[in-house]
Amino acid sequence: MAGLNVKIKDLEFKNPVMTASGTCGFGEEIMDFVNLERLGGIVMKGTTLKPRQGNDYPRMAETASGMLNAVGLQNKGVENFIKNIYPNIKGIDSHFIVNVNGSTIEEYIELTEIINELDKIPAIELNISCPNVKEGGMSFGVNRRSAERVIKAVRDVYDKPLIVKLSPNVTDIADIARAAEGQGADSVSLVNTLLGMAVDAHTRKPVLSTITGGLSGPAIKPIALRMVWQVYNAVKVPVIGMGGIMNTTDAIEFMLAGSTAVQVGTAMFIDPGITEEIVDGIEKYLEQNNYQSVNDIIGKLEV
Amino acid sequence: MKKAVKDFLLVKNTQLNHDNFRLDLRSEEPLPEILPGQFVNVEIKKSTEIFLRRPFSVLDIDYKTNTISLLVKILGRGSKVLTTYKAGDKVSMIYPLGKSFTEPEKDDKVLLIGGGSGVAPMLFLAKICGLKPEQVHVLLGARSKADHVDVSEYLPFGQYYFTTEDGSLGEKGFVTHHPVFKEKLGEFDKVYTCGPDAMMKSIAGKAKDSNVFCEVSLENMMACGFGVCLCCVEKTKGKGNVCICTEGPVFNIKELKWQV
Repeated sequence: MAGLNVKIKDLEFKNPVMTASGTCGFGEEIMDFVNLERLGGIVMKGTTLKPRQGNDYPRMAETASGMLNAVGLQNKGVENFIKNIYPNIKGIDSHFIVNVNGSTIEEYIELTEIINELDKIPAIELNISCPNVKEGGMSFGVNRRSAERVIKAVRDVYDKPLIVKLSPNVTDIADIARAAEGQGADSVSLVNTLLGMAVDAHTRKPVLSTITGGLSGPAIKPIALRMVWQVYNAVKVPVIGMGGIMNTTDAIEFMLAGSTAVQVGTAMFIDPGITEEIVDGIEKYLEQNNYQSVNDIIGKLEV
Repeated sequence: MKKAVKDFLLVKNTQLNHDNFRLDLRSEEPLPEILPGQFVNVEIKKSTEIFLRRPFSVLDIDYKTNTISLLVKILGRGSKVLTTYKAGDKVSMIYPLGKSFTEPEKDDKVLLIGGGSGVAPMLFLAKICGLKPEQVHVLLGARSKADHVDVSEYLPFGQYYFTTEDGSLGEKGFVTHHPVFKEKLGEFDKVYTCGPDAMMKSIAGKAKDSNVFCEVSLENMMACGFGVCLCCVEKTKGKGNVCICTEGPVFNIKELKWQV
């Protein structure tokens, strides 16, 4: 049996497969389809200090081999999370990671301080890359200096593994990744969605209420792979790869390009049981290719 | 109710008129109880253009043969491909999704109003609501006679009324122009409707004015169907933006922020 466990700093994951934030709710929503204990981790829906209603409908558009979304971080806030969700996930043997969002640095700090107190949350994913909110979100992640400021501020108040989720909407993602590493990030996850747009030729109107939204799905996979490869070669901290992963082969490709772990996002909407299949598929791949451990394929792209 | 994602076998694809098809899909396993208003999310053969599943409300269910029937109206590229499926094809569905219409009380007189693909849950509701046929009044609207589907199988479960915009079948005009709605709305204990937004809003407005209980079934665009993509939201009075796939698709009009 090939070993599937991977490490982010000193946190061990039973396998490299996680759900991506915003595609699995808080885990409970997908329990009919997936045994959460078989997954490496569950990155929960983006959470903010105060409840957010998100953007107006319509929030999605199907596009060639993918989709656009403009949800805008709709969530009930951290207080609701602690009261109504945290007690239910505490007993589940997997890593539940909170995706931390804010409009200001102060909000990021306050939220992180609250999450830091939760014993059963072993890590956070700092989201500086949401393209669908007016304030905060991606505006922090597309500029080296603002990225450094928010990462440093959060690092100062957080003791556990800190994953920073990067935006692909930048000229040089490796530069932002190095900045994150420089400010003490333990890992970087990439990519968030690419800023895109859909137009309805019949109505001559944008499809999304926000005009622009975040593109995901297989359409972005080649870009995501390229960025993972660039970042893997630029930093020493582990990279968590995502962007259009639909099956085991996609996941393996991301690991070869340098991902220590992978997140499965948009595929969850179509095939909510796919993460478990990918766990099994990776194990099979390792055995068929005589690898002892999944760590033996990370970044082993033959160039 | 536990949700599942399973492959069904298409046993029959029947063309009902120029753009409506009835698909009978059989599971190898017993089906859970599925009620009118609930829906399934159907995977359609992927192509560059088709990526997401498509939601369809259930038209009928046969627990003896584990068969779910859907009414598929060609509305876009997804539904179009689905109607080309042949007996023997495999179809993956996520089910059962959403909440059903409120069950009527045993003495209720109810009015069911369907338009477009919204006819499906109305026929299903008429069939299994448990009321006597004289208590169940079904009003169906379409552009013309050719756009109406044959409902003869469901006729024993209620009294049927039809409207067409060109007058080729039943009353001429919209469903809200039919006397059973225009003149007798106040006689009904409950009004249930599913169809185009404009139709449902018009019905909701009149029902509100007449103070009649009214439930509508919404069909906002969605990706997942089980409450994680947060795309199919509707504004509500008490709970802000809610996903229609989990909090609906059926809503009492009092819950919605519709300006009617």
